[in-house]
Amino acid sequence: MAVAAEAVVEAQLIEHRRGFAKRWYRTPSFVAGVTILGLIVLAAIAAPLITTHGPTSQDLLNTLQGPSGKHWLGTDDLGRDVWSRLVYGARTDLKVAFLAVLFPFTIGTLIGLVAGYYGGWVDTITNWLVNVVVAFPFYVLIIALVFALGSGTRNIYIAITIVGWVSYARIIRGEVLVAKRRDYVLAAKSGGLSDARIIFRHLLPNVVTQAIVFACSDIVLDILAIVTLGYLGLGVQPPNPDWGRMIADGQTFLTTHWELSTVPGIAVVVTALGLSLLADGLADLLRPE
Amino acid sequence: MSEPLLRVRDLRVEFQLARGTLRAVDGVSFDVHPGESLGLVGESGSGKTVALRALVGLLPRTARITGGTVEIDGVDVSSASEARRRELRGTTVSMIFQEPMTALNPVMRVGEQIAETPLVRLGQSRREAKQRALELMRLVGIPDPTRRAEAYPHELSGGMRQRVMIAIALSGNPRLILCDEPTTALDVTIQDQILKLLQQLQRELDVALVFVSHDLAVVAQTSRRVAVMYAGQIVEQGAVADVFREPRHPYTLGLMRSVPDFDAVRETLTAIPGAPPDLASPPRGCRFHPRCQFVQTDCLEGEIPLIELGGDCAARCLHHDQVALDVRREPVIADG
Repeated sequence: MAVAAEAVVEAQLIEHRRGFAKRWYRTPSFVAGVTILGLIVLAAIAAPLITTHGPTSQDLLNTLQGPSGKHWLGTDDLGRDVWSRLVYGARTDLKVAFLAVLFPFTIGTLIGLVAGYYGGWVDTITNWLVNVVVAFPFYVLIIALVFALGSGTRNIYIAITIVGWVSYARIIRGEVLVAKRRDYVLAAKSGGLSDARIIFRHLLPNVVTQAIVFACSDIVLDILAIVTLGYLGLGVQPPNPDWGRMIADGQTFLTTHWELSTVPGIAVVVTALGLSLLADGLADLLRPE
Repeated sequence: MSEPLLRVRDLRVEFQLARGTLRAVDGVSFDVHPGESLGLVGESGSGKTVALRALVGLLPRTARITGGTVEIDGVDVSSASEARRRELRGTTVSMIFQEPMTALNPVMRVGEQIAETPLVRLGQSRREAKQRALELMRLVGIPDPTRRAEAYPHELSGGMRQRVMIAIALSGNPRLILCDEPTTALDVTIQDQILKLLQQLQRELDVALVFVSHDLAVVAQTSRRVAVMYAGQIVEQGAVADVFREPRHPYTLGLMRSVPDFDAVRETLTAIPGAPPDLASPPRGCRFHPRCQFVQTDCLEGEIPLIELGGDCAARCLHHDQVALDVRREPVIADG
């Protein structure tokens, strides 16, 4: 009898909360974030379809024109279509930012897992490295590294990875320190599972949430870093469109053609906003019940 | 008699703490034969859980085995390498934990958790392992296993979770299962179901059980033999029927008298006065003497041996005859 009653209650429970799939649309920040980012990503993917001019094609007879039917957001000092450059810029910046998060995320998570699980000298060395990197201000270190390595996207990845992994390693290590004391880890050990299996099959899915949420806000930081590097002339190389360089180039004409800097600036802000909302929503949704 | 499956001799486990060395397990010895069940009883801090973990080498980092031997299936676990111990875990000896909610991985489907040992340790294919998981779920009485296998632990009730735990423990076809208070976190009705299930499985699959509990009734129901632990030592052991009917150690007697009894043999409940000793500095002589009603001067000095009392029974008490007299005057359980 009791089993039957239990079965009914459970059946209701299972129907009731199929977690993520049923709750995501009731989390406003998640919906807003996904919508904003979705539109930007869609625009970046469909760039050739929604632009009227090539992002690098110059028209020196029609420079610095205001918005018109032909050039929706006007043209810059070389007569390039601002709208086209903005959309193609999204392509470059999103791709670079995504990859610039992926590498430190992967490396930092791996190091954090190993350091947290084994402790001892592995942990000591990791902590020492983390503290060394954290001791420097983020931008100073990135700019110094890119300056030393030379500009270009590949070196941006390297620089951001060298600096960025520490945050992920710290987050994951902390989570693992808590999680490895839980009974399910002991239970997995009592089942004779190997360390590697316990780390990747049991600990990783339990601790990776925090790192994913952090990655969403970290990507904002990386976009800003890339834009900053572009602004300083250390980032994406011209004539490839990039929001940072657009802001830098438009600065000269700020008093007469303010939209040249402002439009890509707004694009950065909106993207960052979308990512922040997404991070917030994900944190809500992925929080264990 | 057959060779014991588990042979523990003079096991000692110490914790290194800031305030000194804590002897959690101090010279514990017992045997468990194939298909047999042994209950380890004692209050919190008596060392029963630590002893259980030491058997499979899963002690907390601050604890160390400082003496004695543990043999499982003829293999000396205490001197074996970690790799050798890992080989035994899951397939020869497995564990069931107190709190099924925390002992199950919260983000893994229960079917996958049950299938893991067959998949990884027994080398079964994904399909075989899944099939095996469903079989095990049926065996431990989980209704509608195909659907339940897809559930996450938080979607199941406490009783179902503990059944899943048991299915996991059985999944590697072990010959010995160590149970660490497996029913303490459950309702009384569910507790009874789980205990009956464990007994039934033990009979059908012929596995040996070591059952750690603070609950005398649970041990009486599940085990044929019992060892009572106090302050890191076994103070009394023997067949459950004998020990509970005629306790020969004052601590066992105290435990029996402090439990309510539906047969109404006792009119009053008597608590054991005082508190368990600090294991960093246990009392000299008999460790129970500060709380004992039968204490005499010879209890205060020297190590008290475990005295054989015949019929497989033994008690660590110099005045066990006094205890026996007291029990005869005022029985602790009803006859029959």
